[in-house]
Amino acid sequence: MTQLLEIDNLGKRFVGFVALDNISLAVTAGERVGLIGPNGSGKSTLVNCICGTLRNDMGSVRFAGQLLDGSSAHQHTRRGLARTFQLPRPFTSLSLLDNMRIPLLYTVAARGTDSSGHDIEARCVELLREVGLEAKAQRLPRDLTQVEMRKLELARAMAAEPKLLIADESMAGLTHSEIEDILELLVRLNERGVTIILIEHIMRAVMSFSRRLVVLVSGRKIADGPPDEVMRDPEVERAYLG
Amino acid sequence: MRSSLLFLICLIVGGAVFAAAVALGNDYYFFAGYVVLQYVVLSTAWNILGGYCGYVNFGSAAFFALGAYSTVALHRLYPLPIPLLLVFGGVVSGVVGLGTGYLTLRLRGAFFAIATLALAVVLETLIVNWDYVGGSRGAYIVRPESIGPFGNYIEYLFLIMMLLAVGAITVARVIERSRLGYGFATIRDDELAAEASGVPTLRLKLIATTMSGALMGMAGAPFPYYIGYLQPSSAFGLDYAVNSIAMPLIGGTTSWVGPLIGAILLGSLQQLATVTISSAVNLLIVGLLLVGFVIVAPNGIIGLVHKYLQRKPDDFVGRRRVGADAPGRASGRAR
Repeated sequence: MTQLLEIDNLGKRFVGFVALDNISLAVTAGERVGLIGPNGSGKSTLVNCICGTLRNDMGSVRFAGQLLDGSSAHQHTRRGLARTFQLPRPFTSLSLLDNMRIPLLYTVAARGTDSSGHDIEARCVELLREVGLEAKAQRLPRDLTQVEMRKLELARAMAAEPKLLIADESMAGLTHSEIEDILELLVRLNERGVTIILIEHIMRAVMSFSRRLVVLVSGRKIADGPPDEVMRDPEVERAYLG
Repeated sequence: MRSSLLFLICLIVGGAVFAAAVALGNDYYFFAGYVVLQYVVLSTAWNILGGYCGYVNFGSAAFFALGAYSTVALHRLYPLPIPLLLVFGGVVSGVVGLGTGYLTLRLRGAFFAIATLALAVVLETLIVNWDYVGGSRGAYIVRPESIGPFGNYIEYLFLIMMLLAVGAITVARVIERSRLGYGFATIRDDELAAEASGVPTLRLKLIATTMSGALMGMAGAPFPYYIGYLQPSSAFGLDYAVNSIAMPLIGGTTSWVGPLIGAILLGSLQQLATVTISSAVNLLIVGLLLVGFVIVAPNGIIGLVHKYLQRKPDDFVGRRRVGADAPGRASGRAR
């Protein structure tokens, strides 16, 4: 199987605090990986290092065979590595349609895909339709509900046509049915070949989505394997239940 | 509206204003008009970085003065035609803008603003101590009485500044409706999200600082010919820094029209106050208007007009009608 993402001995410190301690992880193309851990375990730091928002102090990150160390976040996105944020970060002065347009103009176009104006417009609408926001295409993000904001965030990441999507707590604060909506979206995306790493605290969602579970505690990877097995791991139980 | 059409309309309006000033037969209108047009260029240039990208630049006077002192330096070597001086001043200020960008663009908010203010102080100190361009004594530039078909040199300067203003407005408008403009808007809204969407934020910010600096330098290049005697305190005047921020804020920062309206309104008011009361009240006018607008219309005149005309302000995205004329829009592709 092709390794899409290869993290080798990744380390990150903030002054004296070790945020990531020799993390190694390989993700195969098409996988659905759940990444869990208590607050402060290093999940978001790991995502930031993978996506180029933070520079790792040790180790390396390879994506689709290419070494990513030292390149900017936008270059990672252009290579096919997209993310959503823990707290939605829409472009507040742009309409939903224009929010979709940005990754298409700057990522898809930068890859040299020949897209006409009509293609881009149609693709923006199509993406919004897919997440059920087509009717609000001309609205500003401030008019959206919490779940719609999460969907916008996902749609914008999808617009970059990623090979790997890292969804960072995309379901936080949502109701049961809203969580189902987001899960359905992620499954659909995965079925189209997009590899997904889901970072989430809602265990029901993680367990139903993931085919593999990785657990971080205090910046260290303590478990990696099928979700049922991992949840029975005594170290994981200790980390979660004390 | 196509940018080329806007350019044509601006040229026609500019031509009409010029003809009206000639018909009135009073040089004062050229002197006053020149200042207003100079502020149109300065505020439009400031808005490229401050309004479109959200980076507040307090160092406008430094870029303006660089343009002015480039002219003085060249004038001492060999008096060149003003269009060439404009290009030279623009290049010098653009390069300094690029350098400033490299040094400061990792700063944000108040830190960036303070860094640009520091740039102005450093450059002023350098000029004060540079004898070649007059140092603290200042430098005289004797302008010719007339040039070519123009009866008076001030008419020529007015026309030059008019063309520069038309050019600056057209550039701002083209940027606003382009891929670059979308990139700038994402930087203003959220840089982290912009990077995650593939926007090369640092490169775009450098483009913005360079363009903004270059236009400010071009606005300053003819200034020594206008004023006749250039000294550091006049080139680095507080008026330029304050006005180039206040004018876009009053007009509206998210559109090319905002700085134009703000500059015409505030610039004309200041000229009126100068001849009827005193030039000393100019900054007072700016301060009072700014306070008023921050309270009543934080999005400037453009924001007020949108709110009034549309009744559904949500349909507007501030800098443009949602989706209209967007790059990648099937029926309204950027020109």
